[in-house]
Amino acid sequence: MNILDGLVRALQLIFSGDPRIVEITLRSLFVSGSATLIAALWGIPIAMFLGRSNFCGKFIIKTIFNSLIGIPTVVLGFFLFLIFSRENGLLGFLGILYTPTAIIIGEAVLVLPIVVSLATTAIEAVDPDIANLAKTLGASESQASFAVLREALDGIFLAGITSFNRAIGELGVAVFVGGFIAHVTELLTTGIKLEIDSNNVDVAMALAIILLVLVFGINLALNFVQRRKK
Amino acid sequence: MTSIAELRNVTKVFDGKTALQNINLKSNQGEILALLGPNGSGKTTLLKILAFLEKPSKGEVYFFDEKITWRNMERARLESTMVFQKTVLFSTSVYKNVAYGLKLRKTPEKNITEEVNRALRLVRLEGFGKSHARKLSGGEQQRVALARALALNTKLLLLDEPTANLDPKNASIVEEIIVTANNELKTTIVMATHNMFQAKNLPHRIALMEDGKISEVGTSTEIFGRLSKTLASFATVENTFAGTAKISEDGSTLIDVGNGVQIVAVAKNVGEVSVFVSPEDIILSKSRFESSARNMFKGKIVEILDLGSIVRLKVDIGKPITVQITKRSFNEMGLNLNTEVFLAFKASSVQII
Repeated sequence: MNILDGLVRALQLIFSGDPRIVEITLRSLFVSGSATLIAALWGIPIAMFLGRSNFCGKFIIKTIFNSLIGIPTVVLGFFLFLIFSRENGLLGFLGILYTPTAIIIGEAVLVLPIVVSLATTAIEAVDPDIANLAKTLGASESQASFAVLREALDGIFLAGITSFNRAIGELGVAVFVGGFIAHVTELLTTGIKLEIDSNNVDVAMALAIILLVLVFGINLALNFVQRRKK
Repeated sequence: MTSIAELRNVTKVFDGKTALQNINLKSNQGEILALLGPNGSGKTTLLKILAFLEKPSKGEVYFFDEKITWRNMERARLESTMVFQKTVLFSTSVYKNVAYGLKLRKTPEKNITEEVNRALRLVRLEGFGKSHARKLSGGEQQRVALARALALNTKLLLLDEPTANLDPKNASIVEEIIVTANNELKTTIVMATHNMFQAKNLPHRIALMEDGKISEVGTSTEIFGRLSKTLASFATVENTFAGTAKISEDGSTLIDVGNGVQIVAVAKNVGEVSVFVSPEDIILSKSRFESSARNMFKGKIVEILDLGSIVRLKVDIGKPITVQITKRSFNEMGLNLNTEVFLAFKASSVQII
């Protein structure tokens, strides 16, 4: 099948609402969205601490997080495979290897440095007097922290989008801890790999188009919402 | 007289440096108390302690005769608020800025709208509710900050150099708002200032500060009447000149402040005097110009201090004199260090203190 035929067939699959394509797409959105959410739940408090405090070693911690942004997904996937391995892995007793849960955890670990680094930079850029301003208007410590967070919202929003894009587009972690189990762990990226290996160019192309449309579409939509808010 | 806030033997040390030393000060209900002193004298630190933003290293803070500890600090914060010297605004609309403190106090939405509108009316920013706060001019932004504080109807309002970075028009509006808040809303105000003219005219009492200590507390007449050593030393950096006054042939007062500089004033004083000229009252031009101002000097710019929307220039006219102009004027005139300029101010702008 040539590329043009593949493209036509791919579009037919997408517009006919092929159940398998829909299932893979929804699972990818769920896994990447959950991973981003979990990373944000850990990462934003870490970023608040790093962004609002000065302590010995802060620079080193920030450098470690910045460096981890570029960690190869294959390397992280391999280490997570060893940890989740059911035979002698550190967390093998959880029995989550080759499940969507393992992919969610793995992708959350992958994107955590992105959330921490970008959110820390955004929080550091907020006027340091904002917290004091909130307090003098009657805010408690937690309300003052929330005021700072709200001022850094644009940067945190960027951290979220970047993390989601990294999660939905990565392959290494998904392959190592999720495998290729149809109807269980199959994602857009692993699906593309699997279909190429099976010489199903049309299905691979359909999944690739959906992946691209999702990344661009979600970015565009969120940026549009953010722009309107301003 | 009921005490609103009181500092007892308060000392504050930052990284081994003493910012405040054994401060004892009371703010009485309904008064405007000014903290007058040069930069670095501890005024802002004192205000931050009164606002419960800083904890004293030693000593105690009382609010309505109740000792403030970490347990009751958040409750006390609801009864006082502070407006910072550098205007700080949330990155949102004017309305949401002013409503912030009211929402924290769980004020019903209908009352919030009323209070916000009342506060905006008070600072003459009616109709600005939907504007983005950070897109307003410097003076308008400071008025939003004031409205945000006034909307809360707190017992104590703390103002840190409220007019320091403003042009004359906005400074005058802010001063009027302060007086209105005190007279009509009965708000007790503690304000830090290094503006002698403001300190002389606005407050009921003045606390003179120098090197983290309070050297004197008294009424304007008491403080300015005896021209204390602290006041005199502070005055040297704030457009205040000591000289000898005599009545000239045309009936005006001529004050010789040395180095060939003679200042014309309206007030009829003779002998040793100190005079003050507000930096906002001085007109600056790159060329000599005709005007009704009796004081005209030629000088060179020796220092430029960029304060955002305004710029403070120190001009050597034989004596260093500080002039405040807007950033726009500064840019349009293409001013630089050593630029030759002409300064003019009216005899009526010269305050004899």
